[in-house]
Amino acid sequence: MAHLKSTRRGVLAGGAAVGAGLALPTIVQAQSYLNEPTGPSVILGFNVPQTGPYADEGADELRAYELAVSHLNGDGDGGMTGTFTVGGSKNALTGSGILGKKVEYVTGDTQTKPDAARASARSMIEKDGAIMITGGSSSGVAVAVQALCQEAGIIFMAGLTHSNDTTGKDKKANGFRHFFNSYMSGAALAPILADNYGTDRKAYHLTADYNWGYTTEEAVRTSTEAKGWETVAAVKTPLAQTDFSSYIAPVLNSGADVLVLNHYGGNMVNSLTSAVQFGLRDAQANGKNFEIIVPLYSRLMAKGAGANVKGIFGSTNWHWSLQDEGSKAFVKSFGTRYGFPPSQAAHTCYVQTMLYAQAAEMAGTFNPCGIVEALEGMEFDGLGNGPTLYRAEDHQCFKDVLVVKGKENPTSEFDLLEIVEVTPAAQVTYDASIFGGELGSCNPGA
Amino acid sequence: MYGLNRKDTVLLLIVAILVAAAPLLLNPFPDTSAMGKTFNAGYPDLMQRFVIFGIFAIGFNILFGLTGYLSFGHAAFLGVGSYAGMWMLKLLSINVIPAILFSIAVAGAVSLIIGWISLRRSGIYFSILTLAFAQMAFSLAASVLTPITGGETGLQTSLNDPRIMPGFLGGGTVNSAGNIPAPSLLGMEMSESFILNVGPWAFTFNWGYYICATFMLLAFYIAIRIFRSPFGLMLKAIKSNQQRLNYTGLNTRPYMLTCFVISGMYAGLAGGLMAAMDPQVGAERMQWTASGEVVLMTILGGAGTLIGPVLGAGLIKYFENIFSKINKATLEAWFGVFPDWMTDLLVTLVYPFIGKGWHLTLGLIFMLVVIFLPGGLVEGGQRIARLFRRGKTGAGALKPAE
Amino acid sequence: MDQIILQILNGLDKGSAYALIALGLTLIFGTLGVVNFAHGALFMLGAFCAVTFQRLLTLSYTFLDESQKDFLGNPLKVNVPYVNDWFGPEAGASIIDWSVPLAILFAIPVMIVIGIVMERGLIRHFYKRPHADQILVTFGLAIVLQEIIKYYFGANQIPTPAPQAMFGSFDFGALVGRDPGAIIYPYWRIVYFLFAALLIALVFAFLQFTTFGMVVRAGMADRETVGLLGINIDKRFTIMFGVAAAVAGLAGVMYTPIVSPNYHMGMDFLVISFVVVVVGGMGSLPGAILAGFMLGILESFASMREVIEFLPGINQVVIYLAAIVILLTRPRGLMGRRGVMEE
Repeated sequence: MAHLKSTRRGVLAGGAAVGAGLALPTIVQAQSYLNEPTGPSVILGFNVPQTGPYADEGADELRAYELAVSHLNGDGDGGMTGTFTVGGSKNALTGSGILGKKVEYVTGDTQTKPDAARASARSMIEKDGAIMITGGSSSGVAVAVQALCQEAGIIFMAGLTHSNDTTGKDKKANGFRHFFNSYMSGAALAPILADNYGTDRKAYHLTADYNWGYTTEEAVRTSTEAKGWETVAAVKTPLAQTDFSSYIAPVLNSGADVLVLNHYGGNMVNSLTSAVQFGLRDAQANGKNFEIIVPLYSRLMAKGAGANVKGIFGSTNWHWSLQDEGSKAFVKSFGTRYGFPPSQAAHTCYVQTMLYAQAAEMAGTFNPCGIVEALEGMEFDGLGNGPTLYRAEDHQCFKDVLVVKGKENPTSEFDLLEIVEVTPAAQVTYDASIFGGELGSCNPGA
Repeated sequence: MYGLNRKDTVLLLIVAILVAAAPLLLNPFPDTSAMGKTFNAGYPDLMQRFVIFGIFAIGFNILFGLTGYLSFGHAAFLGVGSYAGMWMLKLLSINVIPAILFSIAVAGAVSLIIGWISLRRSGIYFSILTLAFAQMAFSLAASVLTPITGGETGLQTSLNDPRIMPGFLGGGTVNSAGNIPAPSLLGMEMSESFILNVGPWAFTFNWGYYICATFMLLAFYIAIRIFRSPFGLMLKAIKSNQQRLNYTGLNTRPYMLTCFVISGMYAGLAGGLMAAMDPQVGAERMQWTASGEVVLMTILGGAGTLIGPVLGAGLIKYFENIFSKINKATLEAWFGVFPDWMTDLLVTLVYPFIGKGWHLTLGLIFMLVVIFLPGGLVEGGQRIARLFRRGKTGAGALKPAE
Repeated sequence: MDQIILQILNGLDKGSAYALIALGLTLIFGTLGVVNFAHGALFMLGAFCAVTFQRLLTLSYTFLDESQKDFLGNPLKVNVPYVNDWFGPEAGASIIDWSVPLAILFAIPVMIVIGIVMERGLIRHFYKRPHADQILVTFGLAIVLQEIIKYYFGANQIPTPAPQAMFGSFDFGALVGRDPGAIIYPYWRIVYFLFAALLIALVFAFLQFTTFGMVVRAGMADRETVGLLGINIDKRFTIMFGVAAAVAGLAGVMYTPIVSPNYHMGMDFLVISFVVVVVGGMGSLPGAILAGFMLGILESFASMREVIEFLPGINQVVIYLAAIVILLTRPRGLMGRRGVMEE
């Protein structure tokens, strides 16, 4: 019996007249890669959290994808297609889809659970014939789906994922990440922290007990210790924790004068709220003002913490108040359509879609191996983060990192963070080999 | 046949035929039609899930349906089985059979320990004990045990796995293309499919699915044998009145423990198959919600019936995978034939229940089924069948359906 | 020593929430014999009563402020709450500031009505059904309720701060003769503990010292006999369901400044509150309270750095470990009665 990899459509055809069970399949056309689009359209898979704690971020990602699709298909004002440049020249996106094929999409729910995310991604690949999977709002999901795409032979364009692992220990040839990572956060934050809070500081870390928490704690520790800080203690907190009082209460008497919250999302909102309740923001320790730091900020999440974020330092991948042409075009396009500014999750997802489309145009094919070749080492600009490199060795983007702090006097409900410093890409670049892992080779699936 | 009476043989045969023909039955609509794009469920991942969760629910039902002991921690055995299977795929061989066997064995051993302790109590106290064990397993797997379980990200195969068996037995670190080898059996990977195009229809016959289906039929057969055996009768007696049994001088604990371990091994088999079909194990498959899910599947389908749990598993997985993927654009395409205002109205009315609202629909279905069909879907089927029979023979000729 | 006192305070605080939820669960189980998986959802609904009330107070009209720009460069839309106009900006602001405590008044009638509707409309039909059915139907209800809340309020947490006057912390150190500043505890958390203690005392007093409570207790002990005496016990039980819902709801209202509410908060508490109820002993009100505070304190101690370093991961499992040990040594929990929920 002829057996083929799980290619989806148009591989074998039996005579329709023959009874279903007896049909003799004949090979019509062999695909050179999995889910090769044969019709007038191409299908992208948007795999975002629609239920669970990150559902609001997922909804914002989905809005960005819809916007990106309409821009690729030539509807709307074009957004960042007007500002996006590759290697110094204009991009190849013409508003006629990708490679002349109209862009369609399917959506799925990751539930922010690696298992569910893979199930949803598999259904997009096996049932809907998606040629590329993108999205997600957690590193666990990103690593899991990236591995799936590598096995299946599909390109994965990561959404919001900040752990070093995604393009470090768990990197894959078919996977790409535009978002920054823990290491970059640490490298960008440390000088600013040293400038503002001095080099003689004692830090107390609270770390969410999972992979992202570990890499973030490690990154912030190493980079601040290099500036002369001392780490008093690092305590792991359960991911499901909501009331952090028993972890916050001992901080003030520990001899520390800085609290680093290696928490994201709900964890961050809750631990920060607890810390503020326990008066840490107004406290004095070792003769200095006590300070709190949140290495990874998310504006959507910061909203949940309300006034508690004021004056607290952190880092972010992108912020809507940036004044470069790309960001302005994107905010205008997104804001006009939806009535509020995009989040960093929305931004990275929009950019990833554009980069994928550009890579396909450059490669002249949707074949994952062609896409990989085009994206590796791609230098682009005009997508909101300044000149950016998609590094070939680990498929990580290198670009400027924003150090932000909670705004003291917000003028609107979106105006929660202010940009303190744009740390240049060179300062956060590291050697590709430091996190281990191997890319393997690109897998076209068929 | 094989120790089954006629009725059970017929049931087994029907199930076997349905399972074998699932790739045809689950793709009733043409591949490219709007209905097909949305409601067709005949793709490998979902078909595999149907039978794997079917096995899980059958196993759970052997415990809950027969003895009435409500375990709220069954997902722990599934998770442990998955991890065990995954480690076999990493260390020993990419062949799925050793992985699955090891999953069953490890889950059996773990359920022996947990069962031995938990079965000291009954009723809700038993439920809470099993829940506590499972929650501990989940919390530790997601955090402290990260070196063994991969933490929250989960455990995957990698380019550095040893896989010590010789190449023809599935050993070897990388495949010929320099990538991680995919789980396989008889030289065929689990993802390999044979696609049959008949006119606009496309039917996918997936190798992995048929392996799962074979295990499921085996599991179903064993479950029938257990239900009909003296051992099964003893378990039913425990359900109806354990105290009375104890007073007659009978020690029920060995029976309970055996039943618990069998049930745990079923969960382990399901877990092993999950790891084999998709080499990634996330800790959340041990969370209490996952344990709750199998309870829901069983009750939704009909606890204590043979086929009920399988139906319940199918329904819940169908919702999770099909309804969650319908988005606003799909809806607009459906209702696009109507005038604009009506399209908008229909989309507004339907949208909360699909896509990201699929939980809401699922919750409503639980409530409706429990309120109106206490015996689950099986009772629903029986009622319909009774209606037809009544139509034929007139009222009064009713026999209590089993 | 300071650390231990601090963790005891933390434990009492956590325990207050556990005890309040467990108290409501036990009331429902004790009176109606129903295992209510939607109880966590009632806690969540209570919290969203506070959110709704805050929204009601801040109902605003909008005007365009030409002097400021929004993110698109258009004139900024400024929202002004109506209360500011009615009572003047200062009084208006302070009413909004006190929205969480004021929400109590809003939540009591709302939650009682929700409880009664739930009992009359749904739970009533499940008295004679197996516990598994009760669990399933209430679990389904819990999902439906939380999805509805998610639909209207989104998935993210919504900040609901305590009044300004309750910011800051109380210095216990000076009070118990330790160094000033060594043991400080936030005011609002102290308020929460006192509130919980008061609520628990009220429920007990209601059951113990009123005729209504006496009849309910008699009904809990022997429903049929009380019914035979010509007392409409069903009606009283319905009211008790409303009371239990209100207790859960109030626990939720007051909890919002401690952890900003989201639609999922009920599920987060569901499992833990069942563990509390069972550890306390099914159907025993004092048991539920005792177990609530005990497990709260235990959890706090297990999260101390010194303990985690010694036993990694203990903070995540201590409650379950305690539940196992207690159930193995005391078959019916701390204060459970024989024959309840053992069949």
